[in-house]
Amino acid sequence: MIPTAFEYASPTTVEEAVAALAEAVSHHRDVKVLAGGQSLLPVLRLRLAAPELVVDLSRVEGLRGVRDDGDAIVIGAMTTHDEVMRDPLVNEHDLLLALTTRTVADPQVRHRGTFGGSLAHADPAGDLLAPALALDAQLVIAGPSGRTRTVAAHDFFTDLFTTTLDEDELLVEVRVPKYTGWGASYQKFNRVAQAWSIVGVAAAVKSDGGTIGEARIGLTNMASTPVRARAVEQALVGQPATDEAIRAAVADVTAGTQPPADANADADYRRHLAGVLTRRAVLAAAGA
Amino acid sequence: MTAVEDRPGDVIQDSPSGGAAGRELGRARRRKEDGRLITGRTKWTDNIVLPGMLHLAMVRSPYAHARITSIDTSAAQGAPNVVAVLTGRDLDDEQGGLPNAWPVTPDQKAPRHPALAVDEVTFAGEAVAVVAARTAAAARDAAELVDVEYEELPVVLDLEEAVTDGAPLAHPSLGTNVSAHWVFDSAEAGTGDDVEQAIARAREDGIVIERRFRQQRLIPAFMEPRSTVVDPTGEQLTMWSATQIPHILRVMLAMVTGIPESKIRVIAPDVGGGFGGKLQVTPEEVTTLLVARRLRKPCKLTETRTESMMVAHHGRDQVQRLTLAATKDGRVTGLKVDLLADMGAYLGLVTSGVPILGAFMFNAIYKFPAYRFECTNVFTNKAWTDAYRGAGRPEATFAIERMMDELAAELGEDPLAVRERNWIRHEEFPFTTVAGLEYDSGNYEAATSRAVELFDYEGLRREQAERRERHDPVQLGIGVSTFTEMCGLAPSRVLGSLSYGAGGWEAASIRMLPTGKVEVVTGSSAHGQGHETAWSQIVAERLGVPFEDVEVLHGDTQVAHKGMDTYGSRSLAVGGIAVVQAADKVVEKARTVAAHLLEADPADIEFTDGRLSVAGTDKGMTLQEIALAVFAAHNMPDGVEPSIDADAVYDPDNFSFPHGTHLCATEVDTETGAVRIRRYVCVDDVGEVVNPLIVEGQVHGGLAQGIAQALYEEAIHDDQGTLTTATFVDYLLPSAVDLPHFVTDRTTTPSSTNPLGVKGVGEAGTIASTPAVVNAVLDAVRHLGVEDIQMPMTPQRVWRAIQEAVPVAQEESR
Repeated sequence: MIPTAFEYASPTTVEEAVAALAEAVSHHRDVKVLAGGQSLLPVLRLRLAAPELVVDLSRVEGLRGVRDDGDAIVIGAMTTHDEVMRDPLVNEHDLLLALTTRTVADPQVRHRGTFGGSLAHADPAGDLLAPALALDAQLVIAGPSGRTRTVAAHDFFTDLFTTTLDEDELLVEVRVPKYTGWGASYQKFNRVAQAWSIVGVAAAVKSDGGTIGEARIGLTNMASTPVRARAVEQALVGQPATDEAIRAAVADVTAGTQPPADANADADYRRHLAGVLTRRAVLAAAGA
Repeated sequence: MTAVEDRPGDVIQDSPSGGAAGRELGRARRRKEDGRLITGRTKWTDNIVLPGMLHLAMVRSPYAHARITSIDTSAAQGAPNVVAVLTGRDLDDEQGGLPNAWPVTPDQKAPRHPALAVDEVTFAGEAVAVVAARTAAAARDAAELVDVEYEELPVVLDLEEAVTDGAPLAHPSLGTNVSAHWVFDSAEAGTGDDVEQAIARAREDGIVIERRFRQQRLIPAFMEPRSTVVDPTGEQLTMWSATQIPHILRVMLAMVTGIPESKIRVIAPDVGGGFGGKLQVTPEEVTTLLVARRLRKPCKLTETRTESMMVAHHGRDQVQRLTLAATKDGRVTGLKVDLLADMGAYLGLVTSGVPILGAFMFNAIYKFPAYRFECTNVFTNKAWTDAYRGAGRPEATFAIERMMDELAAELGEDPLAVRERNWIRHEEFPFTTVAGLEYDSGNYEAATSRAVELFDYEGLRREQAERRERHDPVQLGIGVSTFTEMCGLAPSRVLGSLSYGAGGWEAASIRMLPTGKVEVVTGSSAHGQGHETAWSQIVAERLGVPFEDVEVLHGDTQVAHKGMDTYGSRSLAVGGIAVVQAADKVVEKARTVAAHLLEADPADIEFTDGRLSVAGTDKGMTLQEIALAVFAAHNMPDGVEPSIDADAVYDPDNFSFPHGTHLCATEVDTETGAVRIRRYVCVDDVGEVVNPLIVEGQVHGGLAQGIAQALYEEAIHDDQGTLTTATFVDYLLPSAVDLPHFVTDRTTTPSSTNPLGVKGVGEAGTIASTPAVVNAVLDAVRHLGVEDIQMPMTPQRVWRAIQEAVPVAQEESR
């Protein structure tokens, strides 16, 4: 289908991009940011959105790439999924993010879709929100007049497809603390490879001699935002990495979740899946 | 014959030869048409651009059932670049009704089916108006400005509800939701005994199994959405359309619009798939024609994917109630089938006949004495159903293959053993079935024994027992499907006896060009099957000319003036035979000329490897040399026309009956309900093979579609009748990574109904695989007390069935 007509801006710097957004907002024009287009373009083509201006970030060179910044790695918002999953720094220090990114859709989507676009879109069925939350990622946001601010992942996602980003703001990069040496697993449950997650569980585990020292767990599509399973994380500390111990520790993983219901899964089934997948994710991440 | 197990990275290469050295038949040639099809550098309908062409967009009803109270087109009329906005009422004097070519009973009820609705819409997505504009974007924008007011009417969506008293009526004017009731009874037809007696006997001293199966509604999901271009300028009106049936379409357009058939030319250029979904005369085609004629401008209408999923006809959608009677030792004595078939809101071209095609296949490969089939065709407020890959036969095969597994479970026996006890033995062919068909040939023993060997049946059964023993969370199941189907649609007299509106013959022409090139004109128009390659192989073999010298022309009623088109695995078994017959006529004509030129008696002319020679001498000419001599026509025999071109029309005497044994092993994760296909082996017997690569491709694609019905696909409507699976986000198609590596092999039992010995393969994989997968999943969890799981077997349905089941051991101990 053909989208409704819109104006198109193609800035080459963050400053130009933010200025274009600010200009539109000041004139009360409906504006959308185009990153990899894997969510926005279908929405436009189905005419579920009809923005007056689309600001395309594909020519903004400064938004792409991964760099080492001491205790964190920094991922440019326009870095594609394929680049993230292959990046040596990500694989060394944030294995959970690399593993999760590998499960996103198919190669075509991973070559177009971007890490920042995925987070800013905030689809609760999107896979990358849970690891960002579990790993305490920090999202760096540029606003008008050179203003920038940094928001923690747990503050960034506020509701279904909704974040703290203002209309005149741009997500520019994501700082992910290093979890060097941690084991990781993303258990994605979907019906076909290209489908959205029915439920996903992201787990990073630091273990020593068969005992779990620390764990970080994020849940995909178990509420209108990604969910951090903090109680389970605490229950896992000091536990042996055995099926039995982990089974007991993850029992309450659905506390605080409000899973959606759709044709693939009702809420009860999602809760059940979250339990099974959390156990499997922790077991795998703990190397058990 | 060697098994092919494809692995990642396998490269398919042309095999240098098939059977005998240098022969074309049986040779695994790569398809000559693929380069242009894969790159898209070809004439897809939507690629066609004509000078001054207008673009159309449909205005569609959001309601499944409503009265149209007003349509205000003024805003759309005034929008930029809009040329016209026309409603159903504007076109009503010309639009007639879309055709149903298969009145299955004399009293069949069918509502008038206007291309654009006039007073009432009866499914969500039905078109009510059309916009013509100078750009596609302008047409789409203006379509949203057409203001239609509706008064909602009660909807009926559920098939079983639709036949209850007091149910809302899909078409109130018909006074009923029942379109037709059709019965076949072996006692009445004289093909067998009375099924009620067989069931009564089994209730006293035997086994009776009763089951209800739901065939969910499917969306054909061809790759290329439908598109139509009509050029009304010139003496003849030309329509290009992404259709499977250019010839039938031309006839029907003439009948619907009153335009003389001779003034209509229909072209199906390259068409990107159909699966039966383009076996239709569509509202979009008729609307495009009427608008182009009204505005005297070429017009194009290309649907969006969502429109395609909403309004292009759907498939399946039946409720099947079966009663199977058997003796205590597992011999089937009778089968009673009671179907409800969802027509949707209208009768499309063959909607009403699709379930009837299945009537002849419920007995499958088995020889039991009593059979009764009855079918009630029912209207609902949903898109109409019609042919979809297999069309009636997958539904029938699913039902009987599920019942044979149920019988095996009841007996506590191996499902293969129960099948073998009941199937037609190879020495019993030709075999007249209880449904009245004569199966030409088959060897179920050979295909099954090869499949069992490739599958490691015993090894997997051992593993299954071990997993059960240790209560493994991942259980293993083995599913069997021994299928047959009727291909080569169809002997015209049989179609006549079933009240179908046309014949089942096919036409071919061969033109010998002066330069030695050969044009083959076929009435069987391909939409992805590889006719150009296969027909070239047949002609190269038959005429002894190089494969590269053969060109296959099709899909244009001005070029291929006669044809019955492509569906029902009929192309090779009917159209291919017409090609053979035309080729043989060319040789006979050439023989006369050769005898004259070589000064010999025609009886002494031998034809070998493309050369006509005088027996016992070295005197001879190639067929291609004769073509040049005939073109010059300087020295023809007296009274012989200067042409060795030939036409043939072939009407088959019988269907052909390919068969096969499919074995599927599934792993069921009992903790999540997830199903993984561990191994899939199929041994198909499609008779002789022209091109093994094409056969392999058809089998793979068919398996994917059949597996998808078992596990993934389902068209779902909300309670208002809106299709909620109108994009590929919600309507799940498997991709390569979701499917197992298929192990395929063939046995060869030539068909005795045609000179090539071919049977047909277009639908085999789809028909066989669905019950194989479902049987496998149930076999994995049957010991847990699960008896049935509705398709598609989603993880949630599988998990819930396990949760709700009473384990068999517990049940027995109670």
